Amino acid sequence: MSSVYVDHAATTPMVEPCFAAMSQQMRQLGNPSSLHTDGRATRKTLEDAREVLAKEIGALASEIIFTASGTEANNIALKGLYWAGRKQGRTVVVISAIEHHAILDPAQWLAEHEGAEIIQVPVNNAGVIDLDFLQTIVNERRNEIAVISIMHSNNETGVLQPIAEVVAIADTIPVHSDGVQSFKKTSLSFSDLGLYALTLSAHKVGGPLGIGALVLRRTVEIPALLHGGGQEREIRSGTLNAPAIVGFAAAASSDHYDTAKIENLRDAFIDGVKKTIPDATINGINSLRLPGIVNVTFPGTQSDTLLLLMDGQGVSCSTGSACSAGVHEASHVLISMGHSVESAQSSLRFSFGASSTQADVDYVVSVLPDVIARGRAANLS
Amino acid sequence: MKLIAAMSGGVDSAVAAARAVEAGHDVIGVHLALAANPQKYRSGARGCCTIEDSHDARRAADVIGIPFYIWDMAEEFHDGVVEDFLAEYAAGRTPNPCLRCNEKIKFAAVLDRARAMGFDGVVTGHYARTQISEQGKTLHRAVDHSKDQSYVLSVLTVEQIEGAIFPLGDTTKVDIRKEAQSRGLAVAQKPDSHDICFVPSGDNAGWLRDRLGSEIGPIVDQDGTKIGEHKGAYTYTIGQRKGLGLTVPTADGSPRFVLKIEPVSNTVVVGAREDLAVTLMRGERPVWCGPAVTEIKARGFVQVRAHGAALACSYYFDGNVLVAELDEALLGLATGQAMVIYDGDRVVGSATICETE
Repeated sequence: MSSVYVDHAATTPMVEPCFAAMSQQMRQLGNPSSLHTDGRATRKTLEDAREVLAKEIGALASEIIFTASGTEANNIALKGLYWAGRKQGRTVVVISAIEHHAILDPAQWLAEHEGAEIIQVPVNNAGVIDLDFLQTIVNERRNEIAVISIMHSNNETGVLQPIAEVVAIADTIPVHSDGVQSFKKTSLSFSDLGLYALTLSAHKVGGPLGIGALVLRRTVEIPALLHGGGQEREIRSGTLNAPAIVGFAAAASSDHYDTAKIENLRDAFIDGVKKTIPDATINGINSLRLPGIVNVTFPGTQSDTLLLLMDGQGVSCSTGSACSAGVHEASHVLISMGHSVESAQSSLRFSFGASSTQADVDYVVSVLPDVIARGRAANLS
Repeated sequence: MKLIAAMSGGVDSAVAAARAVEAGHDVIGVHLALAANPQKYRSGARGCCTIEDSHDARRAADVIGIPFYIWDMAEEFHDGVVEDFLAEYAAGRTPNPCLRCNEKIKFAAVLDRARAMGFDGVVTGHYARTQISEQGKTLHRAVDHSKDQSYVLSVLTVEQIEGAIFPLGDTTKVDIRKEAQSRGLAVAQKPDSHDICFVPSGDNAGWLRDRLGSEIGPIVDQDGTKIGEHKGAYTYTIGQRKGLGLTVPTADGSPRFVLKIEPVSNTVVVGAREDLAVTLMRGERPVWCGPAVTEIKARGFVQVRAHGAALACSYYFDGNVLVAELDEALLGLATGQAMVIYDGDRVVGSATICETE
């Protein structure tokens, strides 16, 4: 049986330069905070990596704060910017309705425990945030807003969000963006966008699991979540994970991601879906979006049944939405775009990556008719 | 065969799945999420649908080496089992939710879905056996009578039995635990689940009171004389002696027992022990687990509780209800319980008791 991985938005294979850099660094003794020769040696390669990453994201090296995950970076940014704003009497947190749970849940936590008022910016049917809504909120409550956090692209649909316009509307209000899905997949520059903060994750770009970064303007000071040795501008204490950091930089600076090739694969896949399952719809198809993500609604099915059947055919794909106790929740992203719960729960995400091939696309399309037919039968029973 | 193994996270279903794999079947593990808001952890032997249980099931599937998924059956479970449980109590009957779950969830919703997806059947860790004979595939008691679960499977139709695989029926529980240990399954010593899985506190009466209210009503003797008050008729069971809170003694000082629960008048009727005696029962909505019972009287056994005794009887189907005439009187029998007919160790069929004499 063939085995096809079309879940690159969940995680994607580590690339060779990353393996090479990491395995070399793992043999290097020395805590980067130590002052002796061994410590300095580790610090040197680590700071080299920081500079490489800073260049890739259009930021200063001093603006990179390494974290253990994108989730951690999102938490530091949202909570930190909220607390900083609250000192000035600002207690409103503005996010979009389609944020990843790594923003939604910290926002909810701030509301429940820290006195924040959360305002969610809605999206249209095409999955793009409502800028008029944002403009109105900013006009009305400019002095109350502590932070605006809008993702750069959505992890379920791949739809890009107009972050430059968000920053323009925000004016002096701090803007954070979750750039985890966008980094290295589409043009993304911290300084060009004028952001206060931006979240990145290594394992989405061919780097290792367990390392992320918060890009934070060098003049911005926010309270820490983790206190200790004072590493990373005293915003994120903890011994730096040097092997993962050099792996992150090596992956981010390698040219393995061919945007045009992946867009072609995606479009070939969409054609195949439309031909084999004519009533399937592609969510966000009329919007600007990432090269690799396709979110499809297959009417009359249930996504968890489809996942099982796809897996049985050797196809690794996803619903893209969160699990609650192992049960897929109806996607809040698709519901925000106007889907019913039922329709949201009949959707799958296929995501292509640097290692994807036309043969992958052909194979997935070839198993679709049988999988969808069985999925529909199971849904009726 | 291509099979779905229903994996609760307990030792039995884990070993059942492992045995099905070993028998050469193509097995996929499925954990049924039955509670809409599951508890994080299991406390002792209660409940079976916590998040911890689903982790245990996943871990067992990984150790066995089979794919694993979670199916959300919370809505089906609530509508088919929990609501039914409440409605039965509200109507003054005593339901068995495990039986209803097998009937409506495990061998209906799950089996139907499995078949539609191209699977041939469902494997469970129930202690029961099936046999192929000239009567087709028939359902039988487990070898380990102390663990036998054929009673709660007696609602399966011939077609459902066709799709059911019970790999544990020939083994004792003690040996299943040993086998789990030797297979490296971490659930080998996990406590058995008892009680009702959707009442995690174990306090059935309290759970019912919260949902059905606790309207005070009379406790009367057989003459209709009020001799006490109750706090919600459905929290009593037929044959119950303790906890009646009666202060008026009987003439001869003999104890009183609950004889009847009348939901419409919210009345509990009590009387003497001998008034509990039942020699005939009638059951509605019969299900045959093999050849149908006819109007010709046959000899066999009837069982009225999950781990109750098998009582010698004559039974027949009058075209409307299943009737069992007991050789010896039985004390205390509630309507709503299942009457399950056995021919030796073969399950003939079952019905829901609607009348007793």
